[in-house]
Amino acid sequence: MAELGRAALVICFALSTYALAAGAYAAFRRRRRLAHSARNALVAAFAAAAVASLVLVVALLRDDFSFTYVADHSSRRLPLLYTLSAFWGGQEGSLLLWLLILTAYSSAVVAVNRRSAPDLVAWVVPILGGIATFFAFMLVAVSSPFATEATRADGLGLNPSLQNPYMLAHPPLLYLGYVGLSVPFAFGMGALLARRTDERWIVATRRWTLAAWTFLGIGQLLGAHWAYVEVGWGGYFAWDPVENAALMPWLAATAFLHSVMVQEKKGMMKIWNILLVVLAFCLSLFGTFLTRSGILSSIHSFTESPLGGWFLGFIVIVTLGSLALIYTRLPLLRARTKLESLLSREASFLYNNLLLVAFCLTILWGVLYPILSELVRGESSAVRGPYYNFFLRSFGLPLLLLMGIGPLLAWRRTSTRALVRASAWPAAIALLLGVALLAAGAGSSVPGLIAYSFSAFVIASIVVEFVRGTRARRAVAGEPWPTAFSSLVARNRRRYGGYVVHAAIVLLAIGVAGSSAYDTTHEAKLRRGQSMELAGYTLTYRRLVERQGPNDRELRAIVDVSRGGTADGTLSAGKNQYPVEQQTSNEVAIRSNWLTGEDLYLIAQQINADGSVIFKAELLPLVNLIWLAGFVFVAGSLIALWPDARESRRLADRYGRSTVAVRA
Amino acid sequence: MTLALVLGVLLAVACVLLVSYPFLADPEARRDRLEEPGELERRQIELLERRDRALAALKELEFDHRSGKISDQDYRELVGPLRREAAEALRALEPRAESQPSRVRTPTK
Repeated sequence: MAELGRAALVICFALSTYALAAGAYAAFRRRRRLAHSARNALVAAFAAAAVASLVLVVALLRDDFSFTYVADHSSRRLPLLYTLSAFWGGQEGSLLLWLLILTAYSSAVVAVNRRSAPDLVAWVVPILGGIATFFAFMLVAVSSPFATEATRADGLGLNPSLQNPYMLAHPPLLYLGYVGLSVPFAFGMGALLARRTDERWIVATRRWTLAAWTFLGIGQLLGAHWAYVEVGWGGYFAWDPVENAALMPWLAATAFLHSVMVQEKKGMMKIWNILLVVLAFCLSLFGTFLTRSGILSSIHSFTESPLGGWFLGFIVIVTLGSLALIYTRLPLLRARTKLESLLSREASFLYNNLLLVAFCLTILWGVLYPILSELVRGESSAVRGPYYNFFLRSFGLPLLLLMGIGPLLAWRRTSTRALVRASAWPAAIALLLGVALLAAGAGSSVPGLIAYSFSAFVIASIVVEFVRGTRARRAVAGEPWPTAFSSLVARNRRRYGGYVVHAAIVLLAIGVAGSSAYDTTHEAKLRRGQSMELAGYTLTYRRLVERQGPNDRELRAIVDVSRGGTADGTLSAGKNQYPVEQQTSNEVAIRSNWLTGEDLYLIAQQINADGSVIFKAELLPLVNLIWLAGFVFVAGSLIALWPDARESRRLADRYGRSTVAVRA
Repeated sequence: MTLALVLGVLLAVACVLLVSYPFLADPEARRDRLEEPGELERRQIELLERRDRALAALKELEFDHRSGKISDQDYRELVGPLRREAAEALRALEPRAESQPSRVRTPTK
């Protein structure tokens, strides 16, 4: 069936090219039927990409090793779910997933907006078609998942690190995020091409952007948890270039989600917003380039490939083309209003944008520096954790503080007295907590102490906002507290959903500060019966156990845990050996205390032939708040994403039923 | 191979039909002009955005004042210009006697 897959990809390429060429001609010459035809081509391209994907899934499920891709990334003994995840376990498959998601997004977004903004959609179609053309071309001509060979008896299997339940969700979610950023990009560029300076494109893409941003955020968090439980080095984020590649577009999109509110409320920052949309999309392409090109070696970079040049060329074309278009439309994008006060909500969004973009560009420099230094000096100089941690503290802590101050500021202007009054309670709580933590010995890490105090400030200011809002709502509508609270949230979902997301970021900050600034680590080589101490815990190595897994040999060191002389369970850390893949993976043992949020983390770093084991044990305070943050983040995003019938009616009235004439 | 070929051809035919549907369904279109807002409608959308922005800002200002985020003095200074802005937008949007009930479009060629 490889022929069907190849044919489907060729058809997809032809349809995408048609959507690009015919769509651009139709939009330029205002041809209605041709524009509809180009729009249908995007839908048909999705169908073709779906057929190609189906062919690959069937080949994986049937262990059809006549497909080179299947032979390289799967094996007969690979469990069913990992056989399915092998779809995106390799370069060609993950590119196909990009194309599938892109064409799905494209079909959906043009279908949803085809009646309400036909002139805008007419320009969006060729832009999305252009992106799809590039990816379809890559799959047809450069890196096909449907290459065939003489059937092998068995495949090479899947990288053991990818044989983890998180890998079933992490890459697709990341891709939903990466690819989702093409939607605001296409609409932003479409609005410029159509010379529409109103906010129609923002309204059309608001939820798509938020959804893509949520997917990207959750994808990263799942990736962090995967690294934590699977990679086995005792952490969750290592500033790996590919981790950074996902973080950068997320930061740019975060900045956009804030600054776009300034455009909506005050008609300002139009140029900045369009630049952010371009930055986020180009960074998502750059992330894919890093992963696919093999330009940086990391666990995510599958292999050296011929894709790099093509990707780089595409990124350059997209960046220069977008900037040129923005330049030509500058007169249309000038704001008519100005910032009224440096102490206002819009000013706080401006500060937050500057910090977010500065952090994003700092990370970009850290990623690019090794490549540039290799190009210029002939030797690669890696940029390591301390560089990033410095900027995380430099930009992250002020951002955290701004998250607390922002909600206390009103739009347009706030007097210093009103701000002091509004922030009195949050500041007092933050100060009290800081002093209490200092007394408890948390002063060992100044950034950690500041992060905790700022976190308390943010949480308190969010609570104050909810209480004040509910009280005001209650005073107006005379509703009981619960009703007033729910109608407060329902009437302004974006604002209060945003506050819940802020609470998630605070949980994340507390978790990161706790686990990185106040962690305890101890390494020891133990023979059977010997013990090691770690922050009040006693870990006693008992024995080695060996068992056969479905496609691996599993070796575990059994360790008894006790605290204050009382037995506190058993941990089993070790290694898995994969004979087909000829690789070994670290299998860590984690004991979580959900009450305190801390984890006892054990790695069997080396298992010796004489039965002795070199252990690394870590106690990570509050680390589980990071994962809890994921649930709160999703809850906040869902509140913000939830459809609002009142708002829909207002927008329909604004863009869909403007029937009265205008007095000049 | 044969099955793959048949399925490939079926897929191609279905895609061609879908792409050519706008021409097949409307082979002799009298009006093949893509709708786009004319100057008048663009201006109207702009005014509607201005109106909504001013009304939302007024609503928010009232709420912020009531919840104590805005001082009385700031409220007094801000509320006037916002009301004027909303009133201006509303006035500009008032229907005129000669206004047409249909959407304003670019004339069809």
